[in-house]
Amino acid sequence: MTSSLLHPGIILILFGLFIPLIKNRLIVLLFPIASFIILFSLDNGTVIKLDYGNYELILLSIDKLSRLFSYIFLLILFATAIFSINQDSKSEISSAFVYVGSSISVVLSGDLITLFIFWEIMAITSTIVIWSGSKQSYYPGIRYLAVHLLGGSILLIGIIGYVNTTGTLAFGLMSPDNIFSYFVLAGFLINAGAPPFSSWIPDAYPSASWSGTVFLSAFTTKTAVYVLIVGYAGYQFLIYVGIFMIFYGIIFAILENDMRRILSYSIVNQVGFMIVAVGIGTEIAINGASSHAFTHIIYKALLLMSAGSVFYITGRTKCTDLGGLYKTMPLTMICGIIGALSISAFPLTSGFISKSLTVQATVYEELKILWLLLTMASAGVFLHAGIKFPWFVFFQKDAKIKAEDPPKNMRLAMILLSALCILIGVFPGALYSILPYDVKYLPYTLDHVSSQLQLLMFSGLAFFILLKYLKRTLTITLDFDWFWRKFGVLVVNLFDTYLLKKIQTLIQSIDNLGTQTIRSLHKHSGPSGMLGRSWSTGNMALWTAILLGLFLLFYLFA
Amino acid sequence: MNEHAPALVVMLPIIGAVLIMLIRHNNLNWGIALLSGISTIYYSIILYLNARSVGTISYAMGGWEPPVGIEYRIDEFNSLLIALIAIVSFLILVYAKSSLNIELKKNKISTFYSMYLLCLGGLIGILSTGDAFNAFVFLEISSLATYVIISMGNDRRGLLAAYQYLIIGTIGATLYVIGVGLIFIITGSLNLYDISLKLADIELYRPLLASLAFITVGIALKIALFPLHAWLPNAYAFAPSVGTAFLASTATKVAIYLLIKYLYLVYGFDLVYSNQIFIFVVLSLSIIAMFGASMIAIFQRNLKKLFAYSSVAQIGYITLGIGIANYSGLIGSTVHIINHSIIKAAIFLAIGCLVFSSKIVNIDQLAGLGKRMPMVAVCITVSSLSLIGVPGTVGFISKWYLVLGSLEQGLWIVVFALAVSSILALIYVGRIIELIWFHTPVGGMVSQNKIPFEMIAVTVLMTIATIYFGIDTRLTGDLAKIAVENVLLGEQL
Repeated sequence: MTSSLLHPGIILILFGLFIPLIKNRLIVLLFPIASFIILFSLDNGTVIKLDYGNYELILLSIDKLSRLFSYIFLLILFATAIFSINQDSKSEISSAFVYVGSSISVVLSGDLITLFIFWEIMAITSTIVIWSGSKQSYYPGIRYLAVHLLGGSILLIGIIGYVNTTGTLAFGLMSPDNIFSYFVLAGFLINAGAPPFSSWIPDAYPSASWSGTVFLSAFTTKTAVYVLIVGYAGYQFLIYVGIFMIFYGIIFAILENDMRRILSYSIVNQVGFMIVAVGIGTEIAINGASSHAFTHIIYKALLLMSAGSVFYITGRTKCTDLGGLYKTMPLTMICGIIGALSISAFPLTSGFISKSLTVQATVYEELKILWLLLTMASAGVFLHAGIKFPWFVFFQKDAKIKAEDPPKNMRLAMILLSALCILIGVFPGALYSILPYDVKYLPYTLDHVSSQLQLLMFSGLAFFILLKYLKRTLTITLDFDWFWRKFGVLVVNLFDTYLLKKIQTLIQSIDNLGTQTIRSLHKHSGPSGMLGRSWSTGNMALWTAILLGLFLLFYLFA
Repeated sequence: MNEHAPALVVMLPIIGAVLIMLIRHNNLNWGIALLSGISTIYYSIILYLNARSVGTISYAMGGWEPPVGIEYRIDEFNSLLIALIAIVSFLILVYAKSSLNIELKKNKISTFYSMYLLCLGGLIGILSTGDAFNAFVFLEISSLATYVIISMGNDRRGLLAAYQYLIIGTIGATLYVIGVGLIFIITGSLNLYDISLKLADIELYRPLLASLAFITVGIALKIALFPLHAWLPNAYAFAPSVGTAFLASTATKVAIYLLIKYLYLVYGFDLVYSNQIFIFVVLSLSIIAMFGASMIAIFQRNLKKLFAYSSVAQIGYITLGIGIANYSGLIGSTVHIINHSIIKAAIFLAIGCLVFSSKIVNIDQLAGLGKRMPMVAVCITVSSLSLIGVPGTVGFISKWYLVLGSLEQGLWIVVFALAVSSILALIYVGRIIELIWFHTPVGGMVSQNKIPFEMIAVTVLMTIATIYFGIDTRLTGDLAKIAVENVLLGEQL
């Protein structure tokens, strides 16, 4: 028992439970550090075991991949804890710590039962983070929890079946011949935001508080990416899932008006990239998925911190209500732009050195169409997250909002992450050295030259668009609108005119059906409904007679 | 004395009940109730340990040898449940004093203790007796005591609820007796073990099946298996809080044991499951219970009624395991009998605390409870999560075995029913949790009574149990496994 206390995840969960009792918020910052020290002191291959019923659970088993994910989780927890020092909701901070602790425990777990246990704790505590947002968060929260509990149930069925048929609890590459591994896969994919459940991300995350969204953005989907890497690397099916998510995220982000929803759609899109990489499954692709997860967590947190600061100061989230904040919130603007450049894989930022690994993997595998799609998608990312978010929030026409940069701690957190984005981009060696496989993708080697060229082409294009955009926006705003329609809405229009309308009517009719179902359920099951009201004694007796009659009738013909 | 333990576990509560009626001094009677409760626990544990060490114990009541005399047959299954019920009802008794002082008129309290012990004695009697008719007698003793307990609540609707349950309970008991009568005609014996031996030589024919139908439906009424559940919500809602906690955690569980006993130890696996109809009916009723009752619970405003409907749904899970009818399924049932008993005791005791301190009846009044009564709020939250089957709570253990059982049996519909039904539970539980923690208290709250230490302590203890047994499964899972292996499936394995 003493040894399991020295588990970086579980200790964080315990710390989290004590947070409501802590007066000084600065003490909270020590928790991720303590957890980090424990994690750092554990060698790769360390194992902690625990007996649970008839099973021997492996609470902790460290390898390079799980260490990488744990480090980034702790890092972002630390940064977000700084960011949220002035968050008054104790339930949010406390549950966020338990949530992160269980994410780390999932990542470090060595067997399916441990994984499942912490998986469910994640679902519950993250719901509490959402509910801490505001009174309007109840329904998004309960929808979120329902999706995750459904996913959890499917996962549980898969795990029980898998353990039962294979006789092994260990979590490693799942056998593709076993039907239950597809249940487990479905459970994982629901948490990753895969179709048809992609919408829980933009539905739930923006309804959390200004700091809650930052907490939420990093862990659930990336834990799912981790378990997919471990269990399903090389499952080709995942490539299609990933591609769908990439374009789903882009299209809906372009249509969206709420800045935090834009960034939430962008999470779907970015996780899509990682899942494509998992589907390719080669060493470089796995490196790509994990390094992309690493850098994405940083720059997405940075973007959401920037959006969160704007929300915190102005109380607004809609792009149409915002604009011109570059004058009053310069630091937030700069940090937001660094995040935006990173997500667009701009050279010298962290996105550049991580996403290129995935793209390179498609080159090695000669997946030409996939390469083309990914490159197209990268342009799309640039469009919705790289340009749309900072443009509408910080520039556009001045909305004349009284604002200022957020408090010291929030600025500090943003500066920290901005610095990381750039440092990783400039010195990729540090990140490459902690990736699960040796990175053969080093500069100045022969096989690297071709890919480097491709990358330059792609980023050169991105840079070119950016240049053009900057020129125009500094002069006439109308021109930008034109540009926007030409490039972005080209795709959107296709949807808008035909597909989108179809989708909308479909959603509408599903919605109507849902309302009607609930109404009729309430009619029958509500307190005054046929089922819910108190029955008369005669009715009870009647049912008894019916049941007895049925039994006897059945047996008569048996 | 120890060799008379099978008789003592039944007689101690009943003697206590009689004493209490004679003395009629509230505080003294509480002491007597506690004393008989704790001595019952003592003998129940001795019984269990004996059953574990020497196997099935046969005790001839009054020295009349079975099969003519009444036999008490103690095995590893029923002695486990006897110990469970003795312990849970003792803890509820510790809690009872302060709660009853608020909820009942002074002159009724002694009667309540008496009825409580009488009911307990009856329930333990049902568990331990090996005689079909004796089981009926204990069924009636416990039911009559239950009717009184339900009618004692402050809400006058409790009278109607008690009356309804009386009628329905009597119908159930009658059906049961008709079934027993049929068996008696066929075998000429009332001793359950003797009957099981004699039935083995009898060819399967209709009167036998008819007796099975009568007994199943009769007991199903007591179990409150959907759609025979209608007496339960009102009974739970209007009984005094202590009574609700006691009934919810013991009465239906004992009835389920009786059904399992008939199916597996009297009629035998081969006869009951020889045709698919029985499995089909039990499985579909269980699934309907899981969904229908949860659906009703979602729309309930009354807190006790909400959890009463949730009980109906949970009973569906227990009977589901009976319908799955394999090793894992039965472990799931058995373990859920224990787990649900603990969970519902915790929940209804916590609700009792709320009634005590501020007369909370509807869920809307829970708003902001987390700030006003954090301890009780945590208890409700944790035990509600247990209901959904969150890992780390007891509910998860039950869910695990039920899913495992239905997978082994290839019952995919059941697997999916299990997966989806926990989401329904989530909806009614989620609303409560959200109200408790994320809403501000409604203005103009009624003045609060300070909740006494022992009420909080018992509630917290039960809540800790829902977590503890979810992590350390030696006392629940493993013992349930032994019970199923040695008693129910002794011959099959």
